[in-house]
Amino acid sequence: MEKRELTCINCPMGCRITVTMQGDDIISVEGNTCKRGYLYACNEVRTPVRTVTTTIRVEGGEVDRISCKTKEPVPKEKIFEVMEAVNKASCRAPVAIGDVLIPDCAGTGIPVVATKAVSPA
Amino acid sequence: MKADIVIVGGGPAGLAAAIAAAKEDNTLDILILERDHELGGILNQCIHNGFGLHTFNEELTGPEYAARFESQLDELGIRYMLDTMVLDVSSNSVTAVNSKEGVFTVECGAVVLCMGCRERPRGALNIPGLRPAGVFTAGTAQRLVNIEGYMPGKEVVILGSGDIGLIMARRMTLEGAKVKAVCELMPYSGGLKRNIVQCLDDFDIPLLLSHTVIDIKGKERVTSVVIAEVDERAKPIPGTEQEISCDTLLLSCGLIPENELSREAGVEINPATNGPVVNESFETSIPGVFACGNVLHVHDLVDYVSEESGRAGRSAARYVKNKGNGSGPVIKVKNGAGVRYTVPSSVRTSELEGDLIIRFRSGGVYRDSYIDVLFDGVSKIHRRKPIITPGEMEQVILKNEDLEQAPSEILIRITEN
Repeated sequence: MEKRELTCINCPMGCRITVTMQGDDIISVEGNTCKRGYLYACNEVRTPVRTVTTTIRVEGGEVDRISCKTKEPVPKEKIFEVMEAVNKASCRAPVAIGDVLIPDCAGTGIPVVATKAVSPA
Repeated sequence: MKADIVIVGGGPAGLAAAIAAAKEDNTLDILILERDHELGGILNQCIHNGFGLHTFNEELTGPEYAARFESQLDELGIRYMLDTMVLDVSSNSVTAVNSKEGVFTVECGAVVLCMGCRERPRGALNIPGLRPAGVFTAGTAQRLVNIEGYMPGKEVVILGSGDIGLIMARRMTLEGAKVKAVCELMPYSGGLKRNIVQCLDDFDIPLLLSHTVIDIKGKERVTSVVIAEVDERAKPIPGTEQEISCDTLLLSCGLIPENELSREAGVEINPATNGPVVNESFETSIPGVFACGNVLHVHDLVDYVSEESGRAGRSAARYVKNKGNGSGPVIKVKNGAGVRYTVPSSVRTSELEGDLIIRFRSGGVYRDSYIDVLFDGVSKIHRRKPIITPGEMEQVILKNEDLEQAPSEILIRITEN
């Protein structure tokens, strides 16, 4: 049996939640004070995901760098692989918000899209 | 030059105020004056997500949130001038300067102050030690990394656990820096819980509560900082010092509304917020001068900035249209025990748009306590709250029909169980 300690992010209470696991099965969730905390803890121990937001190099634009994000949250353990892939990539102006800059980032199947527009220089 | 309404600052507050004013009366000539080379203000460097959950029901990044407002601005044909610094404000004119027009004055019917806030710098914190390079405010580092594409350092200590500091702890880590610790003087963090978990815990960055920086070392560049635990009076405890080698110290120690123009104009300032004292219409002590956003009080959610600024913009539009204010009884809003300030601080029932939202911050952390609203000493709202912290803005909504009884005073306080 494995115990996982989490802090709930749903409200300022920040309940300390202890999840007891047997392999992939959740045996118990303790410390939460509401249902949202229970759901958060279950998702967080099974499939923790995060949206990665960063910047990407621009060629031929009026600025050299624009912001971008993974269109959907990616598995938490893939965050640094996503960062490496974005830092190696670049895009060419013009770019509009929502344009796909990397179709499948670091094998996650999730695209990286622009969050800022840039016009050609 | 002439305009019906001049808006000082084109960040989230200025954009929302301008759009709301134009929607209230599309014949009005509205002019935004912005000192940067683009609109959007601080949103441009806030590339993380979490913006817009209340306004658009989805999670946007800062630049995306700003772009939504900018496209509305274009649709409404609202004028703006970039690279333009406002020098002086009064109720019927604004003087500004830029490199094309030189110094110029815009005569106007109303002004909306949307200058935002700035970070408390090292000089205001009295941190002892040497003066090497490598000490930045968290917001400066954010601009360097996210807009200029320049990493300010490799080994980082962060003082202050405000949201910008937490966000930058994650950002610097993602870009390959080692964030060694976040020190917080108070026994609790001023940042949102979500940021503590997703920016620090996710990357095993230690948050040291009741700790501060007592020395900065290094001749040309920071080589280390000395931190120490502090007692209840925030004094360093001898024997708890530890030296952390690093090349960068980021400061996230509070935001100060930028009210030089307001003070110069004679606007009354609330010492608790360092922002103007306003009524229900977000009008300052000078008729025709309105204020909203972080220049008024520092917000933790941009959605609330947009909403309040919409109210300020509509009020400015009505002020210009009606050539002045409605008159009627004024209700004072007072802060009682545990409440540091309220916005607004007075209410004219004749000017209400509907229900009244009063926002406030607590002076400390309260668990399992009550928010009380009293009309002339009589309890009107008695609401249990599991937790109230200074880092999260609170609000009460008062029904319009309840306010028609027109008490002379509304008191808001926190009652401990």
